[in-house]
Amino acid sequence: MAGFDHAPPPFFKRGPAPLALLTFYTLLSLAVFVVDLRFRSLDLLRQSVALLVDPVQRVAQTPGSLVDYARNYLEGIRSLQRENDELRHAKLSSAPDLLRLGQLEAENGRLRELLVVKERENAKGQVAQILYTARDPFSRKVIVDKGQHSGIVAGQPAIDESGVVGQVTRIFPFSSEITLITDKDQAVPVQIVRTGQRSVVFGLDNGQLELRYMPANADVQVGDLLVTSGLDSVYLQGYPVAKVINVERESAYSFARISCAPVAGVENFGEVMILDPRQPLPPPPPEAKARGSEDSNKPGAGKKKQRKAKGN
Amino acid sequence: MQPTFTSSRILLPVRPWFIYLTLVAALLLNFLPTAHWPGMPDWVALVLCFWSVREFRRVGMGWAFILGLLMDVADGSVLGQHGFAYVLLAFASASLSRRLLWFPLLQQALQVLPLLLLTQAIQMLMRLAVGASFPGWGYFVGPVIASLLWIPLTFVLLLPQFRPVEQNPDRPI
Repeated sequence: MAGFDHAPPPFFKRGPAPLALLTFYTLLSLAVFVVDLRFRSLDLLRQSVALLVDPVQRVAQTPGSLVDYARNYLEGIRSLQRENDELRHAKLSSAPDLLRLGQLEAENGRLRELLVVKERENAKGQVAQILYTARDPFSRKVIVDKGQHSGIVAGQPAIDESGVVGQVTRIFPFSSEITLITDKDQAVPVQIVRTGQRSVVFGLDNGQLELRYMPANADVQVGDLLVTSGLDSVYLQGYPVAKVINVERESAYSFARISCAPVAGVENFGEVMILDPRQPLPPPPPEAKARGSEDSNKPGAGKKKQRKAKGN
Repeated sequence: MQPTFTSSRILLPVRPWFIYLTLVAALLLNFLPTAHWPGMPDWVALVLCFWSVREFRRVGMGWAFILGLLMDVADGSVLGQHGFAYVLLAFASASLSRRLLWFPLLQQALQVLPLLLLTQAIQMLMRLAVGASFPGWGYFVGPVIASLLWIPLTFVLLLPQFRPVEQNPDRPI
């Protein structure tokens, strides 16, 4: 009887039991989920996987962009000429303001110098092409064709020709992800142009924005323009963000429900301008240092700043 | 193997490279701009479910996890969201496989539908739990269409395994 080997023959070896594998992989993916969501420490993994996926995605986008290109090409000279005329007209009509802008900026700089006020920051940036919208139905993000190799860093704001589009939230080697201002997790500190009141506008997931925490008797009217207030370290002051389209005042709630529509073509494809990051804010006064100094350069830091700004 | 267990037609063994090719093709289909159209199925989930039912020894939860990771990065969603749902889908379809293949194709599609719906629902619950908002009922149209596609998909993916009808009687198989 000696010499019998009680191990199963290799024919029956099929690796670990399915239930063990299931437990392993579900725990692994749940762990990855929590770590990615709460600690954001898996960006390196994401970037390296993106390096694999990105070429495939660009190939998949080619048919669509070819169709677009063909449509543009076949659009015809007449419509192009019309568009050209319109653009020339628009340029001419904005010329009176624009031509004096340089002089005004210089004058403003001199006046600020006289008043010993901090210099106004200049806006510079680089143009990026929107490649595609991210497929995730739970958020509103687009992918653009400028990434780490163009010097993009997370947190830079993006605008188009009419207003704020969003903010760079993730960077990949050759592309980066812009979260639109209509995303649920995105907040922009704004100022109402007509009254100068400051507030924060939050994205709703239906393509609109909401001005929250405004008292029911607040002076907000339909048609009011909201511009960035510049009270964070992300957006420069004065870029149009949204227009108020509906104000509901119910006495049952202490806050008014104010919905706004974005000014920029947020959901349209095209090109965006990614603005360079702002210069760091001056250090906070000593008593607030304990709270404000811990996360001044992270992309998500805008929110905390905005909360503070709202109290003014 | 047979197309279904009740069929008397015997299939050739599957070629592994064909499985991987179809999975990559499904990824490519998911990356197309058409993925934003309402009611577009999740191709990766569908093809993964098909191969887990047919060849659960070759395509298992490891593949499901890797494909999920790729989809998460491509989608810009939270890492692990697709992976978790796909792993459960692969496990469920593999364990249902012995029963499923006894049914005709239409009834197979009916049994695949809850699996695909569950895959979608798990992802939604994961995101709702961490503060996303409900994406609308259109989110669940995709799996319904995907389960209808089960019937043509079976024919297409089994095509390389069908043997010619006229066979050489001198050859054993």
